[in-house]
Amino acid sequence: MKSNVMLIIQKELYRFFTDKRMLVTTLILPGLMIFLLYTFMGSAMSGMFGMDEDYEYGVSAVSLPASIKQLSENSGMNVVFTEIDTAAVSAVKTDVSENRLDLLMVFPEDFDERIMGRGDNGSVPNIEIYFNAASTASSEAYDRMMFVLDTYESELTNLFDINKDIEDADLAKDEDMMGKILSSMMPLLLIIFLFSGCMAIAPESIAGEKERGTIATLLVTPMKRWELAIGKTVSLGILALCSGVSSFIGTFASLPNLMGMSGSESMTMNIFSAADYIWLVFIIFSTVLLLVAMISIISAFAKSVKEASTMVMPLMIIVMLIGVSGMFGDGAQESVIYYLIPVYNSVQAMSGIFSLHYNAVNLALTIASNLMYAGIGTFVLTRMFGSETVMFSKA
Amino acid sequence: MNELLVVKDLKKTFTLSAKQRKLERTNETRKVAINGLSFSAYKGEIFGLLGANGAGKTTTLRILATLISPDAGDAWMDGVSVRENPAKIRGKIGFLTGDLRLEEFFTPNYLYDFFSKLHGIDEDTAAKRKKELFGKFGIDQFAEVKIANLSTGMKQKASLVISIVHDPDIVIFDEPTNGLDVLTAKIVTDFLLELKQYGKTVILSTHIFSLIEKVCDRVGIIIDGKMAVCDTLQNLTKEKSMEERFFEYYERMGGDLNEK
Repeated sequence: MKSNVMLIIQKELYRFFTDKRMLVTTLILPGLMIFLLYTFMGSAMSGMFGMDEDYEYGVSAVSLPASIKQLSENSGMNVVFTEIDTAAVSAVKTDVSENRLDLLMVFPEDFDERIMGRGDNGSVPNIEIYFNAASTASSEAYDRMMFVLDTYESELTNLFDINKDIEDADLAKDEDMMGKILSSMMPLLLIIFLFSGCMAIAPESIAGEKERGTIATLLVTPMKRWELAIGKTVSLGILALCSGVSSFIGTFASLPNLMGMSGSESMTMNIFSAADYIWLVFIIFSTVLLLVAMISIISAFAKSVKEASTMVMPLMIIVMLIGVSGMFGDGAQESVIYYLIPVYNSVQAMSGIFSLHYNAVNLALTIASNLMYAGIGTFVLTRMFGSETVMFSKA
Repeated sequence: MNELLVVKDLKKTFTLSAKQRKLERTNETRKVAINGLSFSAYKGEIFGLLGANGAGKTTTLRILATLISPDAGDAWMDGVSVRENPAKIRGKIGFLTGDLRLEEFFTPNYLYDFFSKLHGIDEDTAAKRKKELFGKFGIDQFAEVKIANLSTGMKQKASLVISIVHDPDIVIFDEPTNGLDVLTAKIVTDFLLELKQYGKTVILSTHIFSLIEKVCDRVGIIIDGKMAVCDTLQNLTKEKSMEERFFEYYERMGGDLNEK
């Protein structure tokens, strides 16, 4: 009878891999769409929050001190200063406001002399800087000029130094930094992609077959209900995994673009060992089986694919919220109890793997509990396949 | 004669949803689908269940096919109880109904092989039987065409053949000629008679009087879930046509034609 389980798995896989439409929408499109979307988002965001290296900032200044001009140029800021009279300030403010100019700086006439002698009557000179917060270039010009001025002021007072002549004050290892970035994002993305993969196929395979009357054709054969339930769960798990892998590849390929990394600092998976990958594969597969079991049960209750998709939505929101919870906190939870909570355990386990700080016992517990929950889900599905109320109710 | 199927005191009640109550214009939360139904079918005969829509024919056949369980009573096929050993029953019967459909993505050829394997038939026997059945029904012509692209008649032929891949002793057909063109309906009708010739027992439900008159040996008339009469076709049609006999019993059982 084991062969009946295999027959169902073969049929489901054959159907999926020979249906071009399904193959494109479930396997190719998710990864491709994510890659294009994230790449576009990354480009758009870097354009919104930062300027090109070659951008030439236009700054008008009244009484521009030679020291500030020199410091600005030394800072690497590509700036073109235009010196103006006080009388032109009002007109230049309009230029900044209307994006024709990036910055207006108004210095006191005797700026350099006053900062050397702490100024007349002990008062400090005031610099007026006008910018346009709605313009990325103007905002960045303001920030960079503020940095130049703050640094200059610090050098003048120089009561103490911090990290003078020390280049590598940040002692974090490169792999730890990469792990921190990945562990904050990847568990959420993975859990969403895996859930989406399951959602794309499970309602169609369970509620769809019920709606079309094709599952009843299987139920009048000598095949046991549990064979059908296991066959469906495993085949859907494999297909959801394929869909999840597609999304994962799309995400990973587009992550450097999304995070605004240049070619030299591109993402690398070299930080992970073979054991890390093996743990990750088992965690993902056990999670997929659990998600498939949950969605299949909901789908078996539904009378149509449409109804199943609607009924699965609350579960999707819960899973997403659990995924978001993994973005906060400093690494994975230590307590064993967290690794018994469905879905949350997977998020914590993935977070631990990506941050390279995990406890093997917790990971093993996650896999075992996921398989146990999936087994319970499959048992429930078996009972549902045998229930006339569930399988044959019309309204 | 040898009784292959014995049905005794079958009862089945369904709970009506709010939507169903609205459709049936009733405040009752439960509906009695069949109420103490009993009949037998002998080896090598075609037994017809005749009744109007909602009389309980499909419910009876679904119980025999083990898709649903009776609330009371039982049925035995070759001595095996549908209540106690439904899996064994499923190996003994072929079941065809309009509610059971073939997956549209697959071809008749793929589905035939798939269902043969599910019934545990060895490859050689399955191949031999496939050749014979596909030839008889002309399925050879569209064996590699997806079910979705077949006409209603072709689909019915494929469904019919796939329902008997395992050469069952008892074949249960629920409205087998519904929606078929005259040519396909004739093929199905001839096949029912052929099954009889091979010694198979056919349980057939229909509301088509001519089909009953043409193929059945014995007939049970079901009215509102109860067996109004169960007799040979010969006895039932001795003085009246099947149609006249049906309405005679319909009125005798308190049926109101205006209600329908």
